[in-house]
Amino acid sequence: MTVTNVHKNPDDCTMTITAEFDAPIEHVWELWKDPRKLERWWGPPTYPATMVDFDLSPGGTVNYYMTGPNGEHAGGWWRIFAVDAPHSLDFEDGFSDEKGVPNPTMPSTISRVTLSEKPTGGTRMTISSKWASLVHMNQMIAMGMEEGMTAAMGQIDGLLA
Amino acid sequence: MVVRTLTQDQVDEMFHALADATRRDIVSRVLHSECSVSALAARYDMSFAAVQKHVAVLERARIVTKKRNGREQLVQANIDAVRDAARVLDQFEELWRGRIVRMGDLLAQPKGKGKKQ
Repeated sequence: MTVTNVHKNPDDCTMTITAEFDAPIEHVWELWKDPRKLERWWGPPTYPATMVDFDLSPGGTVNYYMTGPNGEHAGGWWRIFAVDAPHSLDFEDGFSDEKGVPNPTMPSTISRVTLSEKPTGGTRMTISSKWASLVHMNQMIAMGMEEGMTAAMGQIDGLLA
Repeated sequence: MVVRTLTQDQVDEMFHALADATRRDIVSRVLHSECSVSALAARYDMSFAAVQKHVAVLERARIVTKKRNGREQLVQANIDAVRDAARVLDQFEELWRGRIVRMGDLLAQPKGKGKKQ
């Protein structure tokens, strides 16, 4: 696994990150389409995700919550725009209230995932995300991402040690 | 990279503060440059007192700070709370790097390989 490229544009609030995996494209796609697998990587180890509703088809929705170290729940949703297995997925993700109802006053992100087979074997994955505005981005970071960040950083440090 | 830990109350307050379109707009403006309350009030179709109230909510959530300059009250973004776009994008990058590491770990596990559903 290697992150091969990151492109961030603060002016239009976009980020594109590209990574390569030493695994066939179907295996990487499985990580997106199998809710049990998605649960194991979407949230950081201290905030694991539990998928409640999972319909990865155009127009479908995914509802999930993340459980914090003190048992607190943070809800989230995806709205699926387009799916072309195992090559691409277009979706929007945002936050829900404690009952799992999408909260429209909270910010959301629009992302496109593309997977392609490398000629030499393995899979290239590109995630392109767009936020509505800088204020939305800040709101998103404030919303529990602080905790997620700490855990993610710790994990990276652990791997580098 | 400095990672701050916000208490739940602080997060709630920040959310409440940013849940309003006018307040989000105020934050966008003062991020670029500090701005007096009266200059802000001139931009919105509402009274000076109403704008002042919005600023007070943002101030309580520590998203903006106020300072006095003669007779004017200048509002500026609290950069610790409201980071600039480049730094926020750095955090999203780290979030995705964490996810990608976890995906790589799952793909490397033998039992995860070749399992079709």
